Amino acid sequence: MNIVYAILVLGILGGIFGLILAVASIVFAVKTDPRLPEIVEALPGANCGGCGFAGCSDCASHILDGSAPVNACPVGGANSADKIAAIMGVEAGSSEKQVAFVRCNGGTNAKKRFEYRGVQDCISATKVAAGPLDCSFGCLGFGSCVTACKFGAMSIGPNGCAVVDPEKCTDCMACATACPRKLIVSVPAAKKVRVACNNKDKGKAAMSVCANSCIGCGLCEKECKKDAIHVENGVAVIDYAKCVNCKLCTKVCPRDAILPQATAEEKEKYKAIKKAQAEKAKAAAEAAPNA
Amino acid sequence: MKEIFSIALGAILVNNFIFSQFLGICPFMGVSKKVDTAVGMGVAVTFVMGLASAFTWLANEFLLVPLKLEYMQTVAFILIIAALVQFVEMFLQKSLPALYTALGIYLPLITTNCAVLGVALLNVQNGYNFIESVVYGITGGLGFLLAIVLFASIRERTVFADPPKAFEGFPIALVTAGLMALAFMGFSGANVFG
Repeated sequence: MNIVYAILVLGILGGIFGLILAVASIVFAVKTDPRLPEIVEALPGANCGGCGFAGCSDCASHILDGSAPVNACPVGGANSADKIAAIMGVEAGSSEKQVAFVRCNGGTNAKKRFEYRGVQDCISATKVAAGPLDCSFGCLGFGSCVTACKFGAMSIGPNGCAVVDPEKCTDCMACATACPRKLIVSVPAAKKVRVACNNKDKGKAAMSVCANSCIGCGLCEKECKKDAIHVENGVAVIDYAKCVNCKLCTKVCPRDAILPQATAEEKEKYKAIKKAQAEKAKAAAEAAPNA
Repeated sequence: MKEIFSIALGAILVNNFIFSQFLGICPFMGVSKKVDTAVGMGVAVTFVMGLASAFTWLANEFLLVPLKLEYMQTVAFILIIAALVQFVEMFLQKSLPALYTALGIYLPLITTNCAVLGVALLNVQNGYNFIESVVYGITGGLGFLLAIVLFASIRERTVFADPPKAFEGFPIALVTAGLMALAFMGFSGANVFG
Protein backbone atom coordinates (compact mmCIF):
# COMPACT_ATOMS: atom_id res chain seq x y z
CA MET A 1 0.00 0.00 0.00
CA ASN A 2 2.89 2.30 0.86
CA ILE A 3 4.33 2.06 -2.62
CA VAL A 4 1.02 3.11 -4.11
CA TYR A 5 0.99 6.21 -1.90
CA ALA A 6 4.53 7.04 -2.95
CA ILE A 7 3.71 6.73 -6.63
CA LEU A 8 0.48 8.68 -6.20
CA VAL A 9 1.97 11.51 -4.13
CA LEU A 10 5.00 12.05 -6.34
CA GLY A 11 2.95 11.60 -9.50
CA ILE A 12 0.39 14.15 -8.39
CA LEU A 13 3.07 16.49 -7.08
CA GLY A 14 4.89 16.31 -10.41
CA GLY A 15 1.64 16.78 -12.28
CA ILE A 16 0.72 19.86 -10.25
CA PHE A 17 4.15 21.40 -10.68
CA GLY A 18 4.01 20.68 -14.39
CA LEU A 19 0.65 22.38 -14.62
CA ILE A 20 1.82 25.39 -12.58
CA LEU A 21 4.87 25.80 -14.77
CA ALA A 22 2.79 25.47 -17.92
CA VAL A 23 0.41 28.16 -16.70
CA ALA A 24 3.31 30.31 -15.50
CA SER A 25 5.01 30.11 -18.86
CA ILE A 26 1.90 31.61 -20.42
CA VAL A 27 1.16 34.13 -17.67
CA PHE A 28 4.75 35.28 -17.28
CA ALA A 29 5.63 35.04 -20.96
CA VAL A 30 8.04 37.81 -21.91
CA LYS A 31 7.83 38.72 -25.54
CA THR A 32 11.33 38.58 -26.95
CA ASP A 33 11.74 39.48 -30.56
CA PRO A 34 12.64 36.31 -32.48
CA ARG A 35 14.98 38.43 -34.60
CA LEU A 36 17.25 39.18 -31.63
CA PRO A 37 19.01 35.80 -31.48
CA GLU A 38 19.28 35.84 -35.27
CA ILE A 39 21.06 39.20 -35.21
CA VAL A 40 23.36 37.98 -32.45
CA GLU A 41 24.12 34.99 -34.65
CA ALA A 42 25.01 37.26 -37.59
CA LEU A 43 27.44 39.32 -35.53
CA PRO A 44 31.02 38.07 -35.18
CA GLY A 45 30.70 37.38 -31.43
CA ALA A 46 34.14 38.81 -30.59
CA ASN A 47 32.57 41.17 -28.00
CA CYS A 48 35.32 43.66 -28.87
CA GLY A 49 33.19 46.76 -28.21
CA GLY A 50 34.23 48.32 -31.51
CA CYS A 51 30.63 49.35 -32.15
CA GLY A 52 30.55 51.32 -28.89
CA PHE A 53 28.10 49.00 -27.13
CA ALA A 54 28.80 46.51 -24.35
CA GLY A 55 29.35 43.41 -26.44
CA CYS A 56 27.63 41.83 -29.40
CA SER A 57 24.27 41.09 -27.77
CA ASP A 58 23.95 44.69 -26.60
CA CYS A 59 24.77 45.85 -30.12
CA ALA A 60 22.12 43.45 -31.45
CA SER A 61 19.43 44.84 -29.17
CA HIS A 62 20.33 48.38 -30.24
CA ILE A 63 20.14 47.39 -33.89
CA LEU A 64 16.77 45.80 -33.19
CA ASP A 65 15.22 48.89 -31.60
CA GLY A 66 16.61 51.04 -34.36
CA SER A 67 19.06 53.09 -32.29
CA ALA A 68 21.98 51.61 -34.21
CA PRO A 69 22.29 51.06 -37.97
CA VAL A 70 22.41 47.53 -39.39
CA ASN A 71 26.05 48.10 -40.28
CA ALA A 72 26.89 49.17 -36.71
CA CYS A 73 29.46 46.39 -36.40
CA PRO A 74 32.74 47.50 -37.96
CA VAL A 75 34.28 44.08 -37.45
CA GLY A 76 31.66 42.01 -39.26
CA GLY A 77 31.77 44.47 -42.16
CA ALA A 78 29.55 44.16 -45.20
CA ASN A 79 29.08 40.45 -44.65
CA SER A 80 27.27 40.67 -41.33
CA ALA A 81 25.59 43.96 -42.30
CA ASP A 82 23.97 42.18 -45.26
CA LYS A 83 22.76 39.33 -43.06
CA ILE A 84 21.35 41.70 -40.45
CA ALA A 85 19.74 43.82 -43.16
CA ALA A 86 18.02 40.69 -44.44
CA ILE A 87 16.76 39.91 -40.93
CA MET A 88 15.58 43.46 -40.36
CA GLY A 89 14.19 43.77 -43.87
CA VAL A 90 16.09 46.93 -44.84
CA GLU A 91 18.84 47.87 -47.23
CA ALA A 92 22.33 47.35 -45.87
CA GLY A 93 23.69 50.64 -47.14
CA SER A 94 27.26 50.85 -48.19
CA SER A 95 29.79 50.69 -45.44
CA GLU A 96 33.12 51.22 -47.10
CA LYS A 97 35.85 49.29 -45.36
CA GLN A 98 37.83 51.53 -43.06
CA VAL A 99 41.17 50.67 -41.53
CA ALA A 100 43.25 52.19 -38.80
CA PHE A 101 46.28 54.20 -39.81
CA VAL A 102 49.21 55.48 -37.72
CA ARG A 103 49.95 59.07 -38.66
CA CYS A 104 53.68 58.84 -38.09
CA ASN A 105 56.54 57.43 -40.07
CA GLY A 106 59.31 58.91 -37.96
CA GLY A 107 60.68 56.02 -35.97
CA THR A 108 64.43 55.88 -36.48
CA ASN A 109 64.26 59.12 -38.50
CA ALA A 110 62.98 61.02 -35.48
CA LYS A 111 65.60 62.53 -33.19
CA LYS A 112 65.81 61.18 -29.66
CA ARG A 113 66.46 63.38 -26.68
CA PHE A 114 67.41 60.51 -24.38
CA GLU A 115 67.34 56.74 -24.15
CA TYR A 116 64.22 55.56 -22.32
CA ARG A 117 64.75 52.35 -20.39
CA GLY A 118 61.65 52.24 -18.20
CA VAL A 119 58.55 50.11 -18.59
CA GLN A 120 58.17 49.30 -22.29
CA ASP A 121 54.86 51.03 -22.74
CA CYS A 122 53.95 54.24 -24.59
CA ILE A 123 51.93 55.79 -21.77
CA SER A 124 54.74 55.18 -19.27
CA ALA A 125 57.26 56.62 -21.73
CA THR A 126 55.29 59.84 -22.14
CA LYS A 127 55.38 60.32 -18.38
CA VAL A 128 59.17 60.65 -18.33
CA ALA A 129 60.05 64.21 -19.40
CA ALA A 130 57.27 64.11 -22.04
CA GLY A 131 58.78 61.13 -23.81
CA PRO A 132 62.16 60.30 -25.35
CA LEU A 133 61.43 61.86 -28.76
CA ASP A 134 62.27 65.42 -29.73
CA CYS A 135 58.99 65.42 -31.64
CA SER A 136 56.14 65.79 -29.21
CA PHE A 137 53.66 64.31 -31.72
CA GLY A 138 55.46 61.21 -32.97
CA CYS A 139 55.01 57.48 -32.45
CA LEU A 140 57.04 56.23 -29.50
CA GLY A 141 57.14 52.67 -30.75
CA PHE A 142 56.68 50.87 -27.43
CA GLY A 143 53.62 49.10 -28.76
CA SER A 144 50.71 50.06 -26.51
CA CYS A 145 48.56 49.79 -29.64
CA VAL A 146 50.04 46.36 -30.44
CA THR A 147 48.95 45.13 -27.01
CA ALA A 148 45.52 46.71 -27.41
CA CYS A 149 44.84 45.05 -30.79
CA LYS A 150 42.78 41.90 -30.43
CA PHE A 151 43.18 40.90 -34.06
CA GLY A 152 46.97 40.83 -34.41
CA ALA A 153 46.84 43.65 -36.93
CA MET A 154 49.28 46.03 -35.24
CA SER A 155 53.02 45.62 -35.17
CA ILE A 156 56.12 47.75 -34.73
CA GLY A 157 57.53 48.22 -38.21
CA PRO A 158 61.18 47.96 -39.25
CA ASN A 159 61.80 51.65 -38.59
CA GLY A 160 60.42 51.51 -35.04
CA CYS A 161 57.02 52.99 -35.81
CA ALA A 162 53.72 51.18 -35.29
CA VAL A 163 52.11 49.96 -38.51
CA VAL A 164 48.69 48.49 -39.26
CA ASP A 165 48.13 45.38 -41.34
CA PRO A 166 45.07 46.48 -43.35
CA GLU A 167 44.15 42.86 -44.09
CA LYS A 168 43.72 42.00 -40.42
CA CYS A 169 42.47 45.39 -39.22
CA THR A 170 38.77 45.49 -38.38
CA ASP A 171 38.60 49.22 -37.63
CA CYS A 172 37.61 48.60 -34.01
CA MET A 173 39.85 51.51 -32.99
CA ALA A 174 41.01 49.91 -29.74
CA CYS A 175 44.52 51.01 -30.76
CA ALA A 176 43.42 54.65 -31.14
CA THR A 177 42.22 54.61 -27.54
CA ALA A 178 45.48 53.09 -26.35
CA CYS A 179 47.74 55.57 -28.17
CA PRO A 180 48.76 58.40 -25.80
CA ARG A 181 49.70 60.55 -28.79
CA LYS A 182 46.33 60.08 -30.53
CA LEU A 183 48.11 59.21 -33.77
CA ILE A 184 45.77 56.50 -34.98
CA VAL A 185 42.81 57.43 -37.16
CA SER A 186 40.33 55.51 -39.27
CA VAL A 187 40.86 55.91 -43.03
CA PRO A 188 39.14 54.32 -46.05
CA ALA A 189 41.02 51.16 -47.01
CA ALA A 190 40.64 51.90 -50.72
CA LYS A 191 42.41 55.25 -50.49
CA LYS A 192 46.13 54.56 -50.42
CA VAL A 193 47.47 58.10 -50.08
CA ARG A 194 48.02 58.99 -46.45
CA VAL A 195 49.83 61.72 -44.58
CA ALA A 196 52.13 59.90 -42.19
CA CYS A 197 52.85 62.78 -39.86
CA ASN A 198 50.95 64.60 -37.20
CA ASN A 199 53.54 67.25 -36.28
CA LYS A 200 51.59 70.46 -35.93
CA ASP A 201 54.70 72.64 -35.69
CA LYS A 202 55.68 74.63 -38.77
CA GLY A 203 58.86 75.01 -40.77
CA LYS A 204 62.09 74.76 -38.84
CA ALA A 205 60.54 73.53 -35.61
CA ALA A 206 59.08 70.53 -37.41
CA MET A 207 62.09 70.07 -39.67
CA SER A 208 64.65 69.87 -36.88
CA VAL A 209 63.03 67.01 -34.94
CA CYS A 210 62.49 64.43 -37.67
CA ALA A 211 63.58 63.66 -41.24
CA ASN A 212 60.03 62.66 -42.20
CA SER A 213 58.03 65.47 -40.66
CA CYS A 214 55.37 67.52 -42.38
CA ILE A 215 56.53 71.15 -42.22
CA GLY A 216 53.30 72.59 -43.48
CA CYS A 217 54.93 74.01 -46.65
CA GLY A 218 51.77 73.55 -48.69
CA LEU A 219 53.43 72.16 -51.85
CA CYS A 220 50.99 69.25 -51.83
CA GLU A 221 48.08 71.66 -51.52
CA LYS A 222 49.22 73.51 -54.67
CA GLU A 223 49.86 70.30 -56.56
CA CYS A 224 46.53 68.63 -55.86
CA LYS A 225 44.18 68.87 -58.86
CA LYS A 226 41.15 67.83 -56.81
CA ASP A 227 41.46 70.24 -53.89
CA ALA A 228 41.69 67.20 -51.62
CA ILE A 229 44.73 68.02 -49.46
CA HIS A 230 45.06 71.03 -47.20
CA VAL A 231 47.44 72.19 -44.51
CA GLU A 232 45.44 72.47 -41.32
CA ASN A 233 47.09 73.44 -38.03
CA GLY A 234 50.52 72.99 -39.56
CA VAL A 235 49.97 69.51 -40.92
CA ALA A 236 48.64 68.27 -44.27
CA VAL A 237 45.24 66.58 -44.08
CA ILE A 238 43.59 64.65 -46.89
CA ASP A 239 39.87 64.92 -47.58
CA TYR A 240 39.10 61.36 -48.64
CA ALA A 241 35.81 62.33 -50.20
CA LYS A 242 37.82 64.17 -52.85
CA CYS A 243 41.06 62.19 -53.05
CA VAL A 244 41.37 60.06 -56.20
CA ASN A 245 44.59 58.18 -55.37
CA CYS A 246 46.61 60.07 -58.04
CA LYS A 247 49.64 60.30 -55.71
CA LEU A 248 50.81 63.65 -57.15
CA CYS A 249 51.22 65.02 -53.64
CA THR A 250 53.61 62.20 -52.72
CA LYS A 251 55.88 63.24 -55.60
CA VAL A 252 56.20 66.86 -54.56
CA CYS A 253 56.47 66.39 -50.80
CA PRO A 254 60.00 67.54 -49.89
CA ARG A 255 59.84 65.60 -46.62
CA ASP A 256 58.52 62.26 -47.91
CA ALA A 257 55.80 62.59 -45.30
CA ILE A 258 53.01 61.35 -47.57
CA LEU A 259 52.64 57.62 -48.09
CA PRO A 260 53.28 55.78 -50.34
CA GLN A 261 56.69 57.46 -50.45
CA ALA A 262 57.75 58.34 -53.99
CA THR A 263 61.24 57.19 -54.97
CA ALA A 264 63.86 59.72 -56.07
CA GLU A 265 63.50 58.43 -59.63
CA GLU A 266 59.76 59.02 -59.70
CA LYS A 267 60.27 62.49 -58.33
CA GLU A 268 62.86 63.33 -61.01
CA LYS A 269 60.60 61.97 -63.70
CA TYR A 270 57.67 64.03 -62.47
CA LYS A 271 59.85 67.14 -62.26
CA ALA A 272 60.99 66.58 -65.86
CA ILE A 273 57.43 66.16 -67.07
CA LYS A 274 56.36 69.31 -65.26
CA LYS A 275 59.31 71.24 -66.68
CA ALA A 276 58.49 70.07 -70.19
CA GLN A 277 54.85 71.05 -69.71
CA ALA A 278 55.85 74.46 -68.41
CA GLU A 279 58.14 75.08 -71.39
CA LYS A 280 55.45 73.96 -73.76
CA ALA A 281 52.97 76.35 -72.18
CA LYS A 282 55.52 79.17 -72.31
CA ALA A 283 56.24 78.44 -75.95
CA ALA A 284 52.52 78.38 -76.69
CA ALA A 285 52.07 81.68 -74.87
CA GLU A 286 54.91 83.27 -76.86
CA ALA A 287 53.59 81.88 -80.12
CA ALA A 288 50.05 83.02 -79.54
CA PRO A 289 50.41 86.82 -79.90
CA ASN A 290 52.40 86.39 -83.14
CA ALA A 291 49.73 84.34 -84.75
CA MET B 1 15.46 34.18 19.50
CA LYS B 2 18.68 32.72 20.87
CA GLU B 3 18.08 29.61 18.79
CA ILE B 4 17.70 31.65 15.61
CA PHE B 5 21.00 33.50 16.19
CA SER B 6 22.70 30.25 16.99
CA ILE B 7 21.45 28.72 13.72
CA ALA B 8 22.44 31.79 11.75
CA LEU B 9 25.96 31.98 13.16
CA GLY B 10 26.35 28.24 12.71
CA ALA B 11 25.26 28.30 9.09
CA ILE B 12 27.45 31.25 8.15
CA LEU B 13 30.67 30.42 9.97
CA VAL B 14 30.83 27.28 12.10
CA ASN B 15 29.08 24.87 9.76
CA ASN B 16 29.75 26.79 6.57
CA PHE B 17 28.15 24.87 3.72
CA ILE B 18 31.28 24.89 1.63
CA PHE B 19 34.13 24.75 4.08
CA SER B 20 32.85 22.35 6.67
CA GLN B 21 29.98 20.48 5.01
CA PHE B 22 31.47 20.43 1.50
CA LEU B 23 28.15 21.05 -0.20
CA GLY B 24 27.85 23.14 -3.35
CA ILE B 25 31.47 22.68 -4.32
CA CYS B 26 30.76 22.59 -8.06
CA PRO B 27 29.61 26.22 -8.44
CA PHE B 28 32.18 27.14 -5.79
CA MET B 29 35.00 25.96 -8.03
CA GLY B 30 33.23 26.73 -11.30
CA VAL B 31 32.11 30.35 -11.02
CA SER B 32 34.77 31.76 -8.73
CA LYS B 33 37.18 33.14 -11.31
CA LYS B 34 35.86 36.70 -10.96
CA VAL B 35 34.45 38.47 -7.93
CA ASP B 36 31.50 39.93 -9.92
CA THR B 37 30.23 36.55 -11.07
CA ALA B 38 30.91 35.07 -7.64
CA VAL B 39 28.68 37.71 -6.05
CA GLY B 40 25.94 36.99 -8.63
CA MET B 41 26.12 33.28 -7.92
CA GLY B 42 26.19 33.80 -4.15
CA VAL B 43 23.13 36.06 -4.16
CA ALA B 44 21.21 33.66 -6.41
CA VAL B 45 22.09 30.70 -4.18
CA THR B 46 21.01 32.60 -1.06
CA PHE B 47 17.72 33.50 -2.71
CA VAL B 48 16.95 29.97 -3.85
CA MET B 49 18.10 28.31 -0.60
CA GLY B 50 15.74 30.49 1.42
CA LEU B 51 12.80 29.73 -0.85
CA ALA B 52 13.62 26.02 -1.11
CA SER B 53 13.85 25.69 2.68
CA ALA B 54 10.38 27.13 3.08
CA PHE B 55 8.70 25.03 0.39
CA THR B 56 10.42 21.74 1.20
CA TRP B 57 9.61 22.17 4.89
CA LEU B 58 5.94 22.66 4.02
CA ALA B 59 5.93 19.65 1.69
CA ASN B 60 7.67 17.50 4.25
CA GLU B 61 5.48 18.53 7.17
CA PHE B 62 2.09 18.34 5.48
CA LEU B 63 2.63 15.71 2.81
CA LEU B 64 5.46 13.30 3.43
CA VAL B 65 5.27 12.91 7.20
CA PRO B 66 1.47 12.30 7.44
CA LEU B 67 1.71 9.70 4.65
CA LYS B 68 4.85 8.12 6.18
CA LEU B 69 6.78 8.80 2.99
CA GLU B 70 9.90 10.27 4.63
CA TYR B 71 12.07 7.87 2.64
CA MET B 72 11.00 9.71 -0.53
CA GLN B 73 12.40 13.04 0.75
CA THR B 74 15.31 13.23 -1.69
CA VAL B 75 13.14 12.62 -4.75
CA ALA B 76 10.36 14.90 -3.61
CA PHE B 77 12.74 17.70 -2.67
CA ILE B 78 14.54 17.57 -6.02
CA LEU B 79 11.16 17.79 -7.74
CA ILE B 80 10.14 20.78 -5.64
CA ILE B 81 13.46 22.61 -6.04
CA ALA B 82 13.56 22.10 -9.81
CA ALA B 83 10.01 23.32 -10.26
CA LEU B 84 10.58 26.21 -7.84
CA VAL B 85 13.68 27.46 -9.63
CA GLN B 86 11.92 27.29 -12.99
CA PHE B 87 8.95 29.16 -11.64
CA VAL B 88 11.04 31.82 -9.91
CA GLU B 89 13.02 32.34 -13.10
CA MET B 90 9.88 32.94 -15.13
CA PHE B 91 8.38 35.13 -12.44
CA LEU B 92 11.48 37.31 -12.17
CA GLN B 93 11.83 37.69 -15.93
CA LYS B 94 8.35 39.09 -16.11
CA SER B 95 8.02 41.03 -12.87
CA LEU B 96 11.53 42.04 -11.82
CA PRO B 97 13.62 42.21 -15.00
CA ALA B 98 16.40 44.10 -13.18
CA LEU B 99 16.90 41.29 -10.67
CA TYR B 100 16.56 38.76 -13.48
CA THR B 101 19.42 40.31 -15.47
CA ALA B 102 21.50 40.59 -12.29
CA LEU B 103 21.12 36.91 -11.44
CA GLY B 104 21.28 36.00 -15.12
CA ILE B 105 22.35 32.51 -16.00
CA TYR B 106 23.09 31.55 -12.40
CA LEU B 107 19.49 30.97 -11.49
CA PRO B 108 18.84 27.88 -13.67
CA LEU B 109 22.30 26.58 -12.79
CA ILE B 110 21.32 26.35 -9.13
CA THR B 111 18.70 23.68 -9.82
CA THR B 112 21.40 21.07 -9.51
CA ASN B 113 23.35 22.74 -6.71
CA CYS B 114 23.77 20.21 -3.91
CA ALA B 115 23.81 22.95 -1.24
CA VAL B 116 20.15 23.64 -2.02
CA LEU B 117 19.12 20.00 -1.68
CA GLY B 118 21.48 19.75 1.29
CA VAL B 119 19.76 22.55 3.19
CA ALA B 120 16.35 20.95 2.59
CA LEU B 121 17.50 17.59 3.93
CA LEU B 122 19.43 19.11 6.86
CA ASN B 123 16.34 21.05 7.93
CA VAL B 124 14.52 17.74 8.33
CA GLN B 125 17.49 16.02 9.93
CA ASN B 126 17.92 18.80 12.51
CA GLY B 127 14.18 18.89 13.23
CA TYR B 128 13.85 22.63 12.59
CA ASN B 129 10.47 24.34 12.61
CA PHE B 130 9.35 26.56 9.71
CA ILE B 131 11.05 29.79 10.83
CA GLU B 132 14.24 28.02 11.78
CA SER B 133 14.28 26.26 8.42
CA VAL B 134 13.97 29.51 6.48
CA VAL B 135 16.64 31.18 8.63
CA TYR B 136 18.93 28.20 8.15
CA GLY B 137 18.35 28.34 4.39
CA ILE B 138 19.04 32.06 4.04
CA THR B 139 22.04 32.15 6.37
CA GLY B 140 23.41 29.00 4.74
CA GLY B 141 23.22 30.91 1.46
CA LEU B 142 24.98 33.88 3.06
CA GLY B 143 27.72 31.52 4.21
CA PHE B 144 28.02 30.33 0.62
CA LEU B 145 28.17 33.94 -0.58
CA LEU B 146 30.91 34.74 1.94
CA ALA B 147 32.93 31.69 0.98
CA ILE B 148 32.68 32.14 -2.78
CA VAL B 149 33.46 35.88 -2.68
CA LEU B 150 36.52 35.35 -0.45
CA PHE B 151 37.65 32.51 -2.68
CA ALA B 152 37.13 34.48 -5.90
CA SER B 153 39.13 37.40 -4.48
CA ILE B 154 42.02 35.07 -3.72
CA ARG B 155 41.76 33.39 -7.12
CA GLU B 156 41.89 36.73 -8.90
CA ARG B 157 45.27 37.23 -7.26
CA THR B 158 46.64 33.74 -7.78
CA VAL B 159 46.26 34.38 -11.52
CA PHE B 160 49.16 36.80 -11.24
CA ALA B 161 51.15 34.62 -8.86
CA ASP B 162 53.92 32.40 -10.12
CA PRO B 163 53.30 28.90 -8.78
CA PRO B 164 55.29 25.83 -9.91
CA LYS B 165 54.21 24.62 -13.35
CA ALA B 166 52.30 21.62 -12.00
CA PHE B 167 50.21 23.86 -9.73
CA GLU B 168 49.15 26.42 -12.30
CA GLY B 169 45.44 27.04 -12.73
CA PHE B 170 43.01 24.60 -11.17
CA PRO B 171 45.41 22.72 -8.82
CA ILE B 172 46.41 25.91 -7.01
CA ALA B 173 42.71 26.77 -6.69
CA LEU B 174 42.06 23.42 -5.02
CA VAL B 175 44.99 23.98 -2.65
CA THR B 176 43.61 27.43 -1.88
CA ALA B 177 40.17 26.01 -1.14
CA GLY B 178 41.74 23.42 1.17
CA LEU B 179 43.65 26.08 3.10
CA MET B 180 40.50 28.19 3.43
CA ALA B 181 38.60 25.17 4.76
CA LEU B 182 41.38 24.72 7.32
CA ALA B 183 41.02 28.37 8.32
CA PHE B 184 37.26 27.95 8.75
CA MET B 185 37.95 24.98 11.04
CA GLY B 186 39.00 27.65 13.51
CA PHE B 187 35.32 28.42 14.01
CA SER B 188 34.40 24.85 14.91
CA GLY B 189 33.20 24.52 18.46
CA ALA B 190 32.32 28.21 18.64
CA ASN B 191 29.01 28.27 20.46
CA VAL B 192 28.32 31.87 21.35
CA PHE B 193 24.64 31.54 22.12
CA GLY B 194 24.82 28.35 24.11
